[in-house]
Amino acid sequence: MHWIATPILLPLIAAALMMLVPARYWPAYRWLGPVATLFQVPIAVWLIAQAMGNGYLVYPLGDWPAPFGIVLVLDRLSALMLMICAVLATAAHLAHQARPSEHTRQFQVLFQFQLMGLNGAFLTGDLFNLFVFFEILLIASYGLLLQGGGPSRTRAALHYVLLNLAGSSLFLIAMGVLYADAGTLNMADLARVVSERGPDELILVQAGLMLLTVVFALKSALLPLHLWLPATYAAAIAPVAALFAIMTKVGAYAVIRVLTLTFGLEGSETTPIISTLLVVLALATVAAAGVGALGSVSLRRLCGYLVVLSIGTVFASVAVLEPEALSAALYYMIQSTLVTGALFLLVDLIADQRGPIDDSLQLNGPPVRNPALLGTLFFATAVAIAGLPPLSGFFGKLMILRAALSADFAPWLWAVLLVGSLLVLLALSRAGSRLFWSTDGEPLTPAPVRLGAVLPAMLLLAASPLLVVFAAPVQSYLDQTAAQLADPQGYILQVLGDATGKGAEP
Amino acid sequence: MIELLFSIAVGVLSMCGVYLMLRARTFPVVLGLTLLSYAVNLFLFGSGRLIPGDPPLIADGVERYVDPLPQALVLTAIVIGFAMTAFVMVLALRALNDLGNDHVDGRAD
Repeated sequence: MHWIATPILLPLIAAALMMLVPARYWPAYRWLGPVATLFQVPIAVWLIAQAMGNGYLVYPLGDWPAPFGIVLVLDRLSALMLMICAVLATAAHLAHQARPSEHTRQFQVLFQFQLMGLNGAFLTGDLFNLFVFFEILLIASYGLLLQGGGPSRTRAALHYVLLNLAGSSLFLIAMGVLYADAGTLNMADLARVVSERGPDELILVQAGLMLLTVVFALKSALLPLHLWLPATYAAAIAPVAALFAIMTKVGAYAVIRVLTLTFGLEGSETTPIISTLLVVLALATVAAAGVGALGSVSLRRLCGYLVVLSIGTVFASVAVLEPEALSAALYYMIQSTLVTGALFLLVDLIADQRGPIDDSLQLNGPPVRNPALLGTLFFATAVAIAGLPPLSGFFGKLMILRAALSADFAPWLWAVLLVGSLLVLLALSRAGSRLFWSTDGEPLTPAPVRLGAVLPAMLLLAASPLLVVFAAPVQSYLDQTAAQLADPQGYILQVLGDATGKGAEP
Repeated sequence: MIELLFSIAVGVLSMCGVYLMLRARTFPVVLGLTLLSYAVNLFLFGSGRLIPGDPPLIADGVERYVDPLPQALVLTAIVIGFAMTAFVMVLALRALNDLGNDHVDGRAD
């Protein structure tokens, strides 16, 4: 039972230990961070096994019963998110180890706090606790974003921090509205209140939930709140940008969690409004990101737009509000997070070999030193991201398109997603040909890239064919996840236990 | 009466906060964020209803209580908001140093 808390406690303890090491002994303790990160993977595997076996695992912190104390809830969705986070974090950390820099300790400590925030956000069953974990992961991400220094990073960080602080204020306002009306911030208890009231008595709760959705949309960079993302991700160093690939998905996770728990997939009268709103914004996001990717003048900015595009695709599929579409959205989310992470790591390797022009997509730049290796990897990543067979992007998009057939807006969704994929294909082909073919002169870097530096990107990229080969078990897991999400009563019953039976005080 | 005063205070604080946040210099923006977070803290506090004079803890011979949870929430929000303001202050100073001016986009005009 206590093991559920390890994804939060392990990074916390590791970070605290690393801060205690005196500076002169630090080199001997460099391994602490990577080992702690690596350890997240077996824990996540074990938790997935637990979620598959038991359905829900509820852990009341300090043994305070559910609506009064804070609970951690492990279900299939949170176990899955923990797994994605652990894999991505391991690769990002390995990539950072392969490039020794002077800020290693700061980086490692902040990295652990970031992981703690991420894991906590995935596990918590309480809205205010979600806010606290959001703040933990945000303040760690501010520090991580500034790693490396320089004016462009400072400028990007200033925008990012100010926007997120405004978002946090909105989060608190939403919380105040919800608590004032529903009298609870426990997600399960809130869902119970929503399910017990008539539509007329829900207006304030719905307003609060809509406000929450705006906050989550800001975190996940949904149009029109997406403008900060490409600049921010382009400014971060590669391992940080790779880890940030999951930050937008935290917003998506929170939307899925709150939406399915409170409004339900089908039923309440508000559901169609939210569905329409989400799908319009999501498709607009895909279109805007596609155009942005096509117009990018640097490779990192292009990757940023790809992140925005993937989040738009996920939300478009979630908005269908069918279990099948939810399962497709989750499949796409796994693959896009990992592959985008790989792309960020790869871009850094490519940019490193191009000297002063870095990741600029201008014509006639210097050729890279290892065109065969890096070119092949870039090509494979591009295939996976653009959604061409035989890699996982194709299957993810196919599932989404098939699941969306039943929705009223299916023609729109099909058109926008397919045109978006075409734009991504064009943008990536243009980038690839400029990087590897339209070159001039001799390679600038004498030394070829080291295997240790390429390995993390390859590791993440390997997820794509693996997701295809093991598509059947993955999909059956996701189908059951979606079925679990489609049944909020099960969640309520597990978290509140017989507290509802006892008749809690009004 | 107290409700009216309270809501006017929240409204004026958020109005000033939003106005200042839309300015182009970092210092007014930070001030605006601070004002907005005051407004938010008051608002959160108000979510437990405004009942003067009643204890938030269990005491002998007391019938009516104030909801203690919003007070705990506000305390957490104040601590987090304080830390974030300190951070953004340092960041704004660093931006002034790195970019040579205090415009939020870092360009001199």
